[in-house]
Amino acid sequence: MIPVCRIDQIEVEGGVAALVDGAAVAIFRTHDGNVFAMSNWDPFSQASVLARGIVGTRGGVPFVASPMHKQAFDLRTGQCLDDAAVRVMTYDVQVDDGLVLIGSPQETSQEI
Amino acid sequence: MNVRKKLVVVGHGMVGHRFVQAAIERGLTETHDVVVIGDEPRPAYDRVALTSFFEVGAKALSLLPGGRYDDPRVALRTGASVVAVSPRQRIITLNTGEDLHYDELVLATGAYPFVPPVPGKDLDNVFVYRTIEDLEAIRKAAKRAKSGAVVGGGLLGLEAANALSQLGLETHVVELAPRLMAVQVDAAGGLTLSRHVEQLGLTVHTGAMTEAILGTTKVTGMALKDRKPLDVDMVVFSAGIRPRDQLGGTADLALAERGGILVDEHCRTSDEHIFAIGECAAPAGVMYGLVAPGYAMAEVVVDALLGGAGTFEGADMSTKLKLLGVDVASFGDAHATTAGALELVYSDAVAGVYKKLVISEDGRQLLGGVLVGDASAYGVLRPMVASGIELPENPEDLILPAGRGLTDIGLPDEAQVCSCNDVTKADIIAAAAAGETTRAGSTCGSCKVQTKKIIEDYYASQGQDVDRSICEHFPLTRQELFDVVAVHGYTRFDQVVEGHGTGRGCDICKPAIASILASQLGGHVLDDSTRTLQDTNDAYLANIQRNGTYSVVPRIPGGEITPEKLIVIGEVARDFGLYTKITGGQRIDLFGARMEQLPMIWRRLVDAGFESGHAYGKSLRTVKSCVGSTWCRYGVQDSVQLAIDLELRYRGLRSPHKLKGGVSGCARECAEARGKDFGVIATEKGWNLYVGGNGGATPAHARLLAGDLDTETLVRYLDRFLMYYVRTADRLQRTAPWIDSLDGGLDRVREIVVDDALGLGSELEASMSRHVDGYFDEWKATIDDPEKLARFVSFVNAPGVPDPSISFREERGQIAPAVSLGESIPVGAP
Repeated sequence: MIPVCRIDQIEVEGGVAALVDGAAVAIFRTHDGNVFAMSNWDPFSQASVLARGIVGTRGGVPFVASPMHKQAFDLRTGQCLDDAAVRVMTYDVQVDDGLVLIGSPQETSQEI
Repeated sequence: MNVRKKLVVVGHGMVGHRFVQAAIERGLTETHDVVVIGDEPRPAYDRVALTSFFEVGAKALSLLPGGRYDDPRVALRTGASVVAVSPRQRIITLNTGEDLHYDELVLATGAYPFVPPVPGKDLDNVFVYRTIEDLEAIRKAAKRAKSGAVVGGGLLGLEAANALSQLGLETHVVELAPRLMAVQVDAAGGLTLSRHVEQLGLTVHTGAMTEAILGTTKVTGMALKDRKPLDVDMVVFSAGIRPRDQLGGTADLALAERGGILVDEHCRTSDEHIFAIGECAAPAGVMYGLVAPGYAMAEVVVDALLGGAGTFEGADMSTKLKLLGVDVASFGDAHATTAGALELVYSDAVAGVYKKLVISEDGRQLLGGVLVGDASAYGVLRPMVASGIELPENPEDLILPAGRGLTDIGLPDEAQVCSCNDVTKADIIAAAAAGETTRAGSTCGSCKVQTKKIIEDYYASQGQDVDRSICEHFPLTRQELFDVVAVHGYTRFDQVVEGHGTGRGCDICKPAIASILASQLGGHVLDDSTRTLQDTNDAYLANIQRNGTYSVVPRIPGGEITPEKLIVIGEVARDFGLYTKITGGQRIDLFGARMEQLPMIWRRLVDAGFESGHAYGKSLRTVKSCVGSTWCRYGVQDSVQLAIDLELRYRGLRSPHKLKGGVSGCARECAEARGKDFGVIATEKGWNLYVGGNGGATPAHARLLAGDLDTETLVRYLDRFLMYYVRTADRLQRTAPWIDSLDGGLDRVREIVVDDALGLGSELEASMSRHVDGYFDEWKATIDDPEKLARFVSFVNAPGVPDPSISFREERGQIAPAVSLGESIPVGAP
């Protein structure tokens, strides 16, 4: 896994983008202390922007809203909550001694 | 042959006015010319709200602010009185000596205050409480008085006491009966009411008989039987009213034993061409001192004159009002006079709440009740009495705090919801279905909540969503959220969601709360506590574009710019390779800036004297101007100066949606000001102010709010208008739909902004002046703050590396976004 930043560089309910093996990864930190990582690529607007979205909950599901057109993505799975056919690739993520580490893309991700 | 008839109305109070309105609406003026004679110097006004005169002034109380009816067949003469009626010749005689012929005559002369025959009643500084002139006299006298007494602790007496207290007098209420509001409430309710009134610093004397007013020329005191005299400088009598039935006497009409012109169920007097309505009339010998029965009588007479058979069958004497800030309601058989009636009482002496239900012997019907301190249940309870609907199993739920079960009670369609205007539940639903409105709630307002609920239930039953909650996290509207934040003094989203919401918010409530916090607290939108709440554009103080880059708009107030500054913009655009375009708001937009470039671009702009244009915010964008009188040969005022002043005044104001303004220097309107949320157009005498315009998908023309204003007044009205909008509009609701959503529309806005009917003016101005004083350029503050700057990086682990997915092509000599190569997008995708 690759260290990308310190955990305190990510605001609570905020996100940052990191460059991992040439790919832009969005990393989010939720209010309950969890950290999630997914591709920064918004499949709807075709732009690398998801890290700049607002983080919140929808019916208990932690999500980020695309800053472009507000589609919601489940932070845990990358599943789009507004369109069952769309899912964003997620990444393994760990916090170790205050460092955020990003691993490989998770195999469960589907074609988008 | 079609000969028009002449209908004369004597009296232009609330009931006389209502009669004329109904006559116009129901087509009576097709066959009749109407002459209305009123003896007060002004047209009818809202006497029920008389006490608010000191706060809102005469204009706000007027029921006919224009002074005339829209129908040209109705003529109104104020300040004229009728001294005699001659039924045989069908002539009335005015105090001027003039005679007027009538075919039909309607007497709506109302009532006069009863002054008991006590010694000293004619001294100076003894008043009654009935007309605006009475209140003006009271206000004048109060300036030189320290204390006053009101004789009468009924409904009107307490209103009068409230007025004296508002005028800063030490106030006594002297009531002969053993309790306040003896007609409406029972002993325990009266006691609760007394406690409320005394807590407000008034002194209540119940069971006290006024023996004399003391003094030689002016009031110096008051003698009470078996009690110490009161040391007061003025006295107001409010000990009941008596019908003004003297004209009935001059016409030899039959009078009721206890006063009032006797009328039948069609409100016809003993002369077939004379009708009497309102407080001067006595249907079946009974006089009604409330406005609702008067309105009902007015409708009955219009009906009779149209050949209808409507009748007046007595009236519901239920009352709900706020006296000295205390809710008091009484309805149905409040004194439990029905045989076998049972009482169910809830009393909380600490909170000052007393509620009583009067229930039939079998426990199944609600007969009446008394509510003091909390009358919120009135809207449901009163119609239950009127409609005879069966009580729920646990009737105590109806008066227990929080009103459990209240909303579950279905009223039958025929239940009368608005007693002032006789509107039933079925009427309200029919109107809602037709997209129309009823008069329900327009007089005393006590049924508004109930009416709203019925309409919402109706829409809900039609499958239409009427939930105005902002999102799943808050069961509140934006306006309610605004109030919650203000009342609790919240400064962070966490406090709001933990106190009033669920979950962790979303892209709807977070920016809304960020905007509310910004409106109330000022501060920087990128401060720690609010940064993650901001919408994309606010979060980076720039406008995101389709490829994830941003555009930059420096402020150019009023569209006026020096060549030097224009050159700086050109140089910045050239050096950063930005696409440039002139906007519709007379400024320049620079596109294609990558997020990490924004601070460098702004460093250059700020150094050259530019500041944020807030093109990214739900806030003031621009105030567009024409060149105005300085250069234009047609201009009559300096529109550029005013546009600059207004833009600088309101820059940075966070609002429910974007705000735009315009100022034109003459009526040619080159600034297109009427297409803006606020538009100002110069006149020879000053400025006309228009509000509620916008372009976009649903264009709206701004409408005139006030005319020929001097600059100071214009700014005051604009301060109030904008701040009231900021406080009360829904999220993303622009000014035009917001105005339409207000009960009364633009007229309501005018009442609040121009007439200051809610007394909010100074508060709104103070809010605006806090905004103006607290303004700072948020871009300058950002580039000066390393912590805020830390977020403007492309990648947290590679801050200087440009986002590889962003690329440009060339179009017409400038850059344009190229289709970008996302991870999963095959090369060559469209």
